[in-house]
Amino acid sequence: MDILNYSSLSLIILLLPLLAFVLLIFFGKKLPRQGDWLGTSIMGLALISSLYLLFNKIGSNSETLIFTYDWVVLGSLPIQLGIMIDNLTVIMLVVVTLVSLLVHLFSIGYMKDDPRYSRYFAYLGLFSFSMLGIVLTSNLLMMYMFWELVGISSYLLIGFWYEKKSASNAANKAFIVNRIGDAGMFIGIMILFIHYATFSFQGIFEAMQAGSIPFESQAWLTAAGILIFCGAVGKSAQFPLHVWLPDAMEGPTPVSALIHAATMVAAGVYLVARVFPMLTADALIVIAYIGAITALIAASIAITQFDIKKVLAYSTISQLGFMIMALGVGAYTAGIMHLVTHAAFKAGLFLGAGSVIYAMHTALHKVHDHKTDAQDIRNMGGLKQKMPLTYWTFLIFTLAISGVPLTSGFLSKDEILAGTLAFSSLNGHYLLPLIALTVAGLTAFYMFRLLILTFHGEHALKERMADIKESPLVMTLPLMVLAALSLFVFYSFNPIAAYSGWFFQAVERPLHVIPEFLQPVHSFLFAEAVDRVHGKALFLSILIASAGIALAYFLYLLKGADVDQIAKKVGILYKGSYHKWYFDEMYEAAFVKTTMAVTRILKWFDENIVDGIVNGLATITRYISRVHRWTDEHIVDGLVNGSASLAGILGKGFTRLQTGRIQAYIALVVFGFVILFIVFIGI
Amino acid sequence: MSLTTILFYLFALLTLGSATFMVFSRNIVHAAFAMMFTLLGVAGLYVLLYADFIAATQILVYVGGILILILFGIMLTTQGFTSGFKTLTVNLVPGIGLALLASAGLIYVFVSSPWTSVSMEAPKTTITEMGMLLMHEYMLPFQVTGLLLLVAIIGALLMATKISHKPKKDS
Amino acid sequence: METTFWEWLANPEVTHYLIVSALLFSLGLLAVITRRNVIMILMGIELMLNAANINFLAFTRFATHSMDGNLVTLFIIILAAAEAAVALAIVLNLYNRYKTVNVDEINFLKG
Repeated sequence: MDILNYSSLSLIILLLPLLAFVLLIFFGKKLPRQGDWLGTSIMGLALISSLYLLFNKIGSNSETLIFTYDWVVLGSLPIQLGIMIDNLTVIMLVVVTLVSLLVHLFSIGYMKDDPRYSRYFAYLGLFSFSMLGIVLTSNLLMMYMFWELVGISSYLLIGFWYEKKSASNAANKAFIVNRIGDAGMFIGIMILFIHYATFSFQGIFEAMQAGSIPFESQAWLTAAGILIFCGAVGKSAQFPLHVWLPDAMEGPTPVSALIHAATMVAAGVYLVARVFPMLTADALIVIAYIGAITALIAASIAITQFDIKKVLAYSTISQLGFMIMALGVGAYTAGIMHLVTHAAFKAGLFLGAGSVIYAMHTALHKVHDHKTDAQDIRNMGGLKQKMPLTYWTFLIFTLAISGVPLTSGFLSKDEILAGTLAFSSLNGHYLLPLIALTVAGLTAFYMFRLLILTFHGEHALKERMADIKESPLVMTLPLMVLAALSLFVFYSFNPIAAYSGWFFQAVERPLHVIPEFLQPVHSFLFAEAVDRVHGKALFLSILIASAGIALAYFLYLLKGADVDQIAKKVGILYKGSYHKWYFDEMYEAAFVKTTMAVTRILKWFDENIVDGIVNGLATITRYISRVHRWTDEHIVDGLVNGSASLAGILGKGFTRLQTGRIQAYIALVVFGFVILFIVFIGI
Repeated sequence: MSLTTILFYLFALLTLGSATFMVFSRNIVHAAFAMMFTLLGVAGLYVLLYADFIAATQILVYVGGILILILFGIMLTTQGFTSGFKTLTVNLVPGIGLALLASAGLIYVFVSSPWTSVSMEAPKTTITEMGMLLMHEYMLPFQVTGLLLLVAIIGALLMATKISHKPKKDS
Repeated sequence: METTFWEWLANPEVTHYLIVSALLFSLGLLAVITRRNVIMILMGIELMLNAANINFLAFTRFATHSMDGNLVTLFIIILAAAEAAVALAIVLNLYNRYKTVNVDEINFLKG
């Protein structure tokens, strides 16, 4: 294929979901089955095209293809729209379209009987379109546009059940918190634009390679990098802007799968990967630590949550922290690979959770129980026999996210651990591998806690759950596909070493374009260091995962110790974790309360000082006006009334002219016209 | 005296004579019929002025359309068929004076002005050239006129159908 | 070259047509000013429009070679049709409201 075919095919992939959106939003209700088949089949078409693109691109050429088109020309400054296709792009295309397709399929079952069924599929199309736009773009401006489109479509989907107050609040929260990050991103983009007068990645990188950095100052370069990263912090839910993501669980569960696996949160990681060549060593350290902190905080919260979706939400944040940390330490390929593998198993986990919730909900609905929370794992248990397909796929996903060998998660996680170890061995940031290991252990622990509480043991509400059933095939099929994709073979034929697989060959860490003294450790040196520590990482990774799993097994299945007792012993820690380390409360106190306080002060200022001045002026004015009034009444009024009566007398005289007969008026007009005529021709 | 001259005077006489009859006729239906002859005479004058298409349009639109409309107006606004056709005039004497004054002024100007006169062969047909002009230079007026006709139709329909039967406030 | 009155009369030129149009215009004016019936007033207006049309065509025929006069005439005819339709609708409304079509009786604007 040549460049034209690549670009036109990718354009088709981009526009297909938009077509689905437009068709469904206008004609959705009129189509048979409200058009779910339309959205799904269009997504399937996009997936097939993406796969075709992937095999062609990975197989044949590895160069970056760019196809641009001048959108607006401001003076001599062209603003371009463009498509950039490299290996990363095509891989992401497949991930996005695949997960989107499976979510479409799953939704056919899950959203059945929803009053806004076709609207839902339309929004899914819009969401996929926005994300594909982010993946395909060749410049920062378009990236920003699609970024905002992702924001709006996530807003629409999170608040899909807007009758629920909590859902519309969650949608608002997601949108507003993202806005904070986006503001930073926009400033970062503008710093680059002001200096380089172009938005395109290629243009900026080429200028940097030529030695030009913003305002000739390395601080500005670092700042631009970190500001653009702010956008990723918002979208990928990194500390301190991670608070929106757990609330986003208010949306339909398949949407959560889409947001968490392929579309929204992946956008942040993808952005960092795109701007990776221009990030300075300082910026990368900041990114690595933010990722690490996020991973740790989220993992520590996840271990105490009881809502099945909340646990998964925090695990997503934690895994995203992992990816960001990987990019920060320079383990570029490992981070991207974790993004891809995570997309598969996290989508699977969410869809599995959706399947469980759907079954619970249906069963509860049958016995007319609308009070019991269908998402609380304390109300579950023993679902293994009732829902075997869901259980076995869920188990595979859990193994994958815990990093057990033979799964995809093991491959990527192991590489990230090796990356952090290598990084610390090169420049002594020993906190990073420590955090990474802790998080890996915590992940294995809380994921198995979730699995055991949900599927093993006795059912907590046995009598009401007698006829709980496996979900229909349209919902379990996506689970099986994703479970297959969570195995190692799709990423590397060697189950314990990802670097020998095609993925590591296809996605290479890009060369840095910034001046040498600002660069982080060179990728060659870094790769050497990774090689050195790889054995250690492998060992530690397996060890920590098994430790986590064993602990969960011991505590929850064997009931080897009383969990509540332990929780009491570590009281403060447990409470802190349970309440999500009080982030929402802190933000409430720091921002909402502060704003309210400032508002109150301003109100007081308004009421007492501004109003006082105004009232004082009013009093003075009142006295002055009394004087005026006397003058008015006696002198001015006299004059006015005099002239009024004069006008009245005159007017009475003139009314005689107003006969009310139009013919008289016409006659007068003609008469006047004749006189004018005579005057002008000068008779 | 050429044929053109004879025809000119014939049509001029027809036009002005029937117009005079129309203006002074006491019966409004007679007036309407007189107006038909006026319009036909004007159409004849148009032919003499080499405007064949306009002449045809004049007959179609005026005689076939507007006149019929006016006749309908007469029928609809007069109770009974036999009575009430008679109309009176008002201010007849000052009106005639004013009209004479106006025509005298106009004729004076027309006669005293030195008009350049270009002799022109009678064109075979004017329609082709008019069509070209209509589709090029006069495209916008053409479209606007179409819109205006639409608006007029809608307006006329609206006014003629929505008749309020509220009693008048004062008399 | 001096022409006698009769010679002038025998060769119709632009002036002849203009005189006819002036007379037609005056007759229309007379109808508008003196007749009581609204419909007669409308007919008078039509006469005046026709007079204007004769002027346009006369100048087209004798003074220019262009077709612009013809087109203006065409537009005037179209406008007259629109005007007649709207005006008659107004007349009908007027009649329904006041039960008369005599303009001198409809003088509520009398001061």
